[in-house]
Amino acid sequence: MSIRDTMNSDNVRSKAIFALGLVFGIGLMAGEKGYFGDIWRLYSEDIIYLAQQHLVLVLVSSGLAIMVGVPVGIFLSRDRVQRYSETVLQVFNIGTTIPTLAILALSITLLGIGFTPAVFGLWIATLLPIVRNTFQGLREVPAHLKEAATGMGMKPLHILRSVELPNALYVIFAGIRTAVAVNVGTVPLAFLIGGGGLGELIFTGIDLNDMQMLLAGAIPVAALSMLADYILARAQFWLIPRGVNPLRQ
Amino acid sequence: MIKLDKLSKIFETPGGGTVTAADKVTMEVPEGEICVLLGPSGCGKTTTLKMINGLIPKTSGKIHVAGRDTDDVDPVALRRSIGYVIQQIGLFPNMTIEDNISVVPDLLGWDRKKSRARAGELLELVNLDPGIFLKRFPKELSGGQQQRVGVIRALAADPPVLLMDEPFGAIDPINRAVIQDEFLKMQKELRKTIAFVSHDIDEAIKMGDKIAIFKDGILEQYDSPDDLLARPKNDFIASFLGSDRTLKRLSLLKVSDVMISSQIRVVAQDPVAKARDLMKEAGHKNVVMVGPRGRARGFLHLNDILDETGRVEEHFQALPTTVHPDDDLRTAVSRMFRHDTTWLACVDDDGFFQGFVTQRAISHALGATYRDHADHAPAEAL
Repeated sequence: MSIRDTMNSDNVRSKAIFALGLVFGIGLMAGEKGYFGDIWRLYSEDIIYLAQQHLVLVLVSSGLAIMVGVPVGIFLSRDRVQRYSETVLQVFNIGTTIPTLAILALSITLLGIGFTPAVFGLWIATLLPIVRNTFQGLREVPAHLKEAATGMGMKPLHILRSVELPNALYVIFAGIRTAVAVNVGTVPLAFLIGGGGLGELIFTGIDLNDMQMLLAGAIPVAALSMLADYILARAQFWLIPRGVNPLRQ
Repeated sequence: MIKLDKLSKIFETPGGGTVTAADKVTMEVPEGEICVLLGPSGCGKTTTLKMINGLIPKTSGKIHVAGRDTDDVDPVALRRSIGYVIQQIGLFPNMTIEDNISVVPDLLGWDRKKSRARAGELLELVNLDPGIFLKRFPKELSGGQQQRVGVIRALAADPPVLLMDEPFGAIDPINRAVIQDEFLKMQKELRKTIAFVSHDIDEAIKMGDKIAIFKDGILEQYDSPDDLLARPKNDFIASFLGSDRTLKRLSLLKVSDVMISSQIRVVAQDPVAKARDLMKEAGHKNVVMVGPRGRARGFLHLNDILDETGRVEEHFQALPTTVHPDDDLRTAVSRMFRHDTTWLACVDDDGFFQGFVTQRAISHALGATYRDHADHAPAEAL
């Protein structure tokens, strides 16, 4: 009963947030005379164009981070590389210890300015939570499950696919959610190295002390990060098997 | 059948030393029997078990499972042909009960319909409703239910041989006894060859056709539970079995083993004199009164009716308690003590009087094995 209650209240909350966003959006579009209407009239073209750039940066960099981070995490969790895995994770740790701005700046020196160094910098900043959580999630799969699987005649790859990964999926997903949240929040900085994105409106707005321009960048950035988290939360809810998903009882 | 021949396992310790976890273990589990590997922790029983399905590679020796030398079989194929149950149960939380049970059939490439139907049958075998449980996840089951599923999962592909590593170790004593009984009932029909690791002497006595006692990697004694309790080979085994080991034999013997089946009985309408004569003739102190069709109704004690006349129904007393011929002697003795009596009437399922069991007969049965071997062990005879 209590579980159902918390689920309901979760549901209510997300619906409330969605409704708020909707009202916000309608106000933005319809209130042509209002403050937000003003922003939309002045910057709609920029917002749409830059939001697309922004999205591409997020999708490419976090997509690459997932594609690399998950396999690396899996590899590090294997028994035979256990001894080195902490050392390797420390290297990845550096990626988050160094401020993202510094990484972006450093990647200019390697790759020049533009889209590529921006993706590279974001990729570095996003990688660690994914690798760390994949590794941790797999290590935390109880040893007796692996023993039972081996004892019944499963081969190592099969055990990874149908026992280890499903049981680690919740932790891995948590890592991806964190990573994407970091990523979406960091993408505005990409503008500083010529990567484009909604950061252009924010930083130019700051420079020109133009509050409307600044908001034209900041509000879509906030909306995007909420949307990304919402989509991932839904994915987390539906993709993880019910038996190992604490969200689904 | 499982046959171990001079099976050894030597572990190397990080310090450069070695530990012998199993030292030239030679034993054979005959087809259809349960062999319990028993011993204190670190005695090598689990290591020995895990060498059988290759989870721990052996150092030397030979293992034959179902007539095949395990060296000649691919370990993965071998494991799929041996049922395996572990203490932590090891149900996969991400799979439904039906998928969990079907793990090995799926590995063997069975038709999906066939394996899922089999899962349902197996659930029924342990009294779990397939309609309710097939689609559930392990976390939605109680510990005892999970344990049952763990056992039937090992039976899914109908392997001739089962390895069980303290399979009932993680459940509460009440549930454990129930599951043990269920399992023994299943085993009566299935006749699997089973190696069963336990550290619980009572469980070993209950479950084992044979018991192998290990100490420091050495197989100390391999005997039937009764022989083991009656004649422990050395002091270690004697102390491991406990100073009450003779009492433990009570649970191995059934009431029917020592029951004196008796046709001596009276009915309500018989005269008391007849009862008296019957008792004096048989040398008994009591006689049971039965109903018209032979159900036990009460009893008469000789001393109470020495000078009485009239009919039995005027003098009989109610039976304080009865036992079933299939009950073990432990139950019988416990009831005797509880009611402060030296004999019990035995009745079958329908209440029909079968005979009686006395404290003397029980202590005689327990002592018999010692007397039989008095020649070999004179000290014990004293």
